[in-house]
Amino acid sequence: MSNFKRADGRAADELRPVTMKVGVLKKADGSAMVSLGDTVAVAAVYGPRELYPKHLQNNERAILQCNYTMAPFSTKERVRPGPSRRSVEISKVTREALEPALFLEEFPRSTIDVYVVILQANAGTRTAGINAASLALADAGIPMRGLVTAIAAGKIEDTYVLDLTGDEEEITACDLPIAYIPREKKFTLIQMDGDIPPEDVKNIIKLAVKGCETLHEHQRKALLGKWSKEGS
Amino acid sequence: MGILKKERDFVLPGDKIVESLDYLPGKNCFRDGNSIYSKRVGLVSFKGRVIEVIPLTGMYIPEPGDMIIGEIKDVQFSGWAVDINSPYQAFLPLSGVREFIDPAKMDLSKVYGIGELIYAKVTSVGPSKGVNLSMRDPSARKFKNGRIIKITPVKVPRVIGKKGSMINLIKERTACRIYVGQNGVIWLQGENEPLAAKAIKMIEEMSHIEGLTNYIENLLKNEGKIKGQVMK
Amino acid sequence: MNIQNQYIRNLITKGDRIRGRALDQYRDIVIEKNPIKNAEGSALVKIGKTEVMVGVKLDIGEPFADTPDEGILIAGAEFSPIASPEFELGPPGENAIELARVVDRGIRESKCIDMKKLCIKKGEKVWMVNIDIQPLSHDGNLIDAAGIAAIVALMNARLPKLEDDKVVYGEKTDTTLPVNDIPIPVTVAKINGKLFVDPDLEEEDSIDARLTITTKSNGNVCALQKGRTGSFSFEEIEEAIKISVRKGKEIREIVKSLKT
Repeated sequence: MSNFKRADGRAADELRPVTMKVGVLKKADGSAMVSLGDTVAVAAVYGPRELYPKHLQNNERAILQCNYTMAPFSTKERVRPGPSRRSVEISKVTREALEPALFLEEFPRSTIDVYVVILQANAGTRTAGINAASLALADAGIPMRGLVTAIAAGKIEDTYVLDLTGDEEEITACDLPIAYIPREKKFTLIQMDGDIPPEDVKNIIKLAVKGCETLHEHQRKALLGKWSKEGS
Repeated sequence: MGILKKERDFVLPGDKIVESLDYLPGKNCFRDGNSIYSKRVGLVSFKGRVIEVIPLTGMYIPEPGDMIIGEIKDVQFSGWAVDINSPYQAFLPLSGVREFIDPAKMDLSKVYGIGELIYAKVTSVGPSKGVNLSMRDPSARKFKNGRIIKITPVKVPRVIGKKGSMINLIKERTACRIYVGQNGVIWLQGENEPLAAKAIKMIEEMSHIEGLTNYIENLLKNEGKIKGQVMK
Repeated sequence: MNIQNQYIRNLITKGDRIRGRALDQYRDIVIEKNPIKNAEGSALVKIGKTEVMVGVKLDIGEPFADTPDEGILIAGAEFSPIASPEFELGPPGENAIELARVVDRGIRESKCIDMKKLCIKKGEKVWMVNIDIQPLSHDGNLIDAAGIAAIVALMNARLPKLEDDKVVYGEKTDTTLPVNDIPIPVTVAKINGKLFVDPDLEEEDSIDARLTITTKSNGNVCALQKGRTGSFSFEEIEEAIKISVRKGKEIREIVKSLKT
């Protein structure tokens, strides 16, 4: 290991300060806000609800629709509103990260709609969005096999680094975001860009899993915060 | 191995409730390997060998036998389409009404017109959630006036109380007629409607508070005295 | 899930495949280089009945502000109805966008093109490399076919003639693009915990999940993309990487053998 020091003083395997809150939006059936450092994601869930047009309905299961958007003011340079190729791809991988955790077969013909908005961006927006969406789905009472957690990791100099910031993204040898269902030890999102040997891929994934396990505890606390008082 | 949660323990999606093949997963639970897990945010309930989770949040999903309050949305040739505050629209067929109707000779909207409210029984739910209703239950009726309030469907049991204790208390103290639909729609009528509505909303919001019955009893006693001046 | 999907899934679970292939066996790969005269570089890749054409068009443009001395790489895909009855006209959908972005990532992250050599005048003029992916026949595994076609098209592209810093199309020079590696994407599909490569369309309709792993000549991984609604375990990811390094090497040999 090299002695790479992070600008914000974190240990290599340390997350940025995490805040998670469930039930932050009034009108949604389920909602959550997740921030990791300066990255802030809000997610709303509606449904299960009727799906129109009818020909999109599936008689055997609910369909899951996800939309990821960056607010125009979320980055230093204004983000042009409307879908971009990036946001379409992230919406797709977000849906595919969440769907394995859901019992969609319980709600034939309906839709479950997930909307993720990034209010402030400093790297790791797709993973913050997935963490928030997973909480919002639980908050909406959607049946789940377990919570979905997500985080990115990378490698700077010779050090594996968890939860990259925007500045760190500039110098990392790779950016590898995962989504992970801790209960099942299953990966539901795996992406990477970079240039590293297979051994590094494995080690970075292992580091990201550790991050996910910590985030899972944060998610549990956030849901307990809203709902456990109902348990008396 | 063994039983990890006890009656009324708070659980989250993916939480293990028992690790044993002696139990069966009931509502809102699933088996994975030797263990039974919760699908939803809720409270554990043991029913003999069957484990259920009573959800704390979520949509109304119809089940046969439920009494619901619905709104007529469409008059069709062979019956009525009914909104039941659920992802699934219900259907009230001609065979489900008490009167004999010959659709060739009679205007169905004279029986139930669009916008009218009914208290009806769910008779069947098909595999893809086709929902049929009936008005042949003795308690079924059409509402001609009065008002409705909507509450979170999972809170309906709290509003009803043990063996109807809570709702009877409200009926008694406010002299209102009240019908509670399992789908979270509540109809009420009577001089002291605002007070009854306030009590119901309070139960929804404070369902987790200990001694809720006493609290509601006090509310009804104090505010019930100032007839006609009840605050909303 | 229809009968056919179930049948395919049962076969794979037993280690068999509907067309009798081994789990780690690609369909025949046929590569044709530069079939398109008007493109600066092009390639047609056939994997079984899947056919993907990739054309590389070069143009001159302004560099991005944060990389004033580097060329620009742009990959796009259009799923025209010519390739499949399932494809519809209209702006690119999420599958087309994902395909283009996975191919883009593999090329870009492998640094197989020396982008600095594409600078003509720092801060003002650089070469823009447009990679356009046009599936001609969709019988599964478009990602691998498109990725192979893209790198072959790049390797065989020649810069067009310049006159007063303007491109004269149709007149190619002998200068090739500065391509120094061959990144190869290998998509590993999964059914019931069984991993296999190069799913055809019927198999693709039946899979739980897929993981595309792009590797370089030195065995390094330069892009990952998981797709579909299933999941992978850590051991499966390890296994998939092993498979993709091995299959990537085989395909790279085919690509190298084309080079004249």
